Amino acid sequence: MSLRILVPVKRVIDAAVKPRVNKTNTGVETQGVKFSINPFCEIALEEAVKLKEGNKGLVESIHAVSIGPTKAQDILRIALAKGADTSTLVDIGKAEAPEPLAVAKLLQKVVEKENSNIILLGKQAIDNDSNQTGQILAGLLKWPQATNAAKVVVEGDKVTVTREVDGGEETISSKLPIVITTDLRLNEPRYASLPNIMKAKKKPLTAVKPADLGVDITNRLQTVSVNYPPTRKAGVVVGSTEELVEKLKANGSL
Amino acid sequence: MIFTSSVLRPTLARSVRLNRLLSTLTIIEHTGGVLAPSNLNTLSAAKQLGGPITALVAGSQASKVASEVAKFDGVEKVLVANNEAYDRGLAENFSDLVAENITKGGFSHVLVSGSAFGKNVLPRVSATLDVQPINDITKIESEDTFVRPIYAGNVLATVKSTDPIKLITIRSSAFEVGSTGAGAAAIEDAADPKSAPTSEWISENLTKSERPDLGSATKVVSGGRGLKDKENFDKLIFPLADSIGAAVGASRAAVDSGFADNSLQVGQTGKVVAPDLYIAVGISGAIQHLAGMKDSKTIVAINKDSEAPIFQVADFGLVDDLFDAVPKLTEQFKK
Repeated sequence: MSLRILVPVKRVIDAAVKPRVNKTNTGVETQGVKFSINPFCEIALEEAVKLKEGNKGLVESIHAVSIGPTKAQDILRIALAKGADTSTLVDIGKAEAPEPLAVAKLLQKVVEKENSNIILLGKQAIDNDSNQTGQILAGLLKWPQATNAAKVVVEGDKVTVTREVDGGEETISSKLPIVITTDLRLNEPRYASLPNIMKAKKKPLTAVKPADLGVDITNRLQTVSVNYPPTRKAGVVVGSTEELVEKLKANGSL
Repeated sequence: MIFTSSVLRPTLARSVRLNRLLSTLTIIEHTGGVLAPSNLNTLSAAKQLGGPITALVAGSQASKVASEVAKFDGVEKVLVANNEAYDRGLAENFSDLVAENITKGGFSHVLVSGSAFGKNVLPRVSATLDVQPINDITKIESEDTFVRPIYAGNVLATVKSTDPIKLITIRSSAFEVGSTGAGAAAIEDAADPKSAPTSEWISENLTKSERPDLGSATKVVSGGRGLKDKENFDKLIFPLADSIGAAVGASRAAVDSGFADNSLQVGQTGKVVAPDLYIAVGISGAIQHLAGMKDSKTIVAINKDSEAPIFQVADFGLVDDLFDAVPKLTEQFKK
């Protein structure tokens, strides 16, 4: 069975940027901040491309999809440059970022339209840290799920996934179709080369609106406020291991 | 008087309504009949909500586990699904079981530990019930308002759920350990939909260790890139941990370089710990690592780079070559 892979990718504040809370404590400052493709989404995309490159005829197509503001097309272009064949932008305009439940419902519609049989997505977005979308999507589709994947093997219509779990790893196996979420150690994502970036400009990018897909993206969780966590009080630098032991004994840590 | 009653009446009405409606289901996590320590943190979160608490136990060892859970302080009822299909916690049929029992029991809140198991199963339940789950909460403000860290713990979001059912995973390290031994809950059979599993469990490869569990240890010693190789990690970090009975953790750099097992990774995408004492050895302190340990009571950093960001969160910092300092410290801890 050939694979029609769907890779959802999210535009997030770059992992190296320390986010700042806005003045009204309603969200995080996004003006003038560097955005990138979510690192876990890059890993998912890399895995799709590796499946295609490593198995002749196994992968029929790789479709990248992003749900976000119009600017999210930038990360779709990166996805296309890295090896996706086609792409969809679900343009939410200036709407508040949809929650995983709404994202999963939108993705479900794209899955139906693209007739995908394997969905590779990151285990979590590094902005909301939810770790939910893949699981909800699998639930909506009633497909098996393999989360936190550290290894993916496809043989015929059988998919074997080694998952990172508390205390080690476990291996599970399912039949296609399946939803897989990727952990950090699944692979090492490639960089997009300049020629591929140029070629990606000619690859298909279809823009749709959530309403076109018939999905209500109203959030179920209202953000009451957004704050910094309490700061720790300044520590002291000790001169020797003896002094360190003394201090730890004095404050009851030992 | 008119003023007083108009203020009081809605308040009273509200509390009565809450008492009638609020009821919590906690999903018990166990491996082959051995309870995960995090169940007790989840339980104390459930107690904060205030309504009656029901615990759900599933698997071939469910009856044995249920008799232990029945003693948990605060649990009124234990639902048991004695079915080996739930032994491996596979999300597909486990989420069907959870959804069925939520619907049957009319629970308003469902709590599970934000472990690999909880994060795998609970969001799938939300697809059936059409609610937006709330992940990794660190504080309960009220029955519908919760605090959860976002952006690798750099920001705390207070969110109010408008869904009729709150599906919640708990950050264990943010809630105290509940007590065992006082309770005498009723044990009943759970509704078991007996869904056929859509995936098959093949094997597992778990790291065996005599050391305390990383997630619940009161002391943690973590090593990073500064250890240079696995040999040094084993030679320096393990004896230091053992000298104070600590669990061992690692930074992503150490795990990626093969110094330590994946399951030891502390950080945004690994384990989040909050022990009494956290000793970071040869760890620079990237945002993603701090996300997993900055709520520790006392933080010690040993690093030769005095500019390393880890020193900004450390209570006690030692700027020194770890290859000199760690063996010395191990000896002094032993005394």
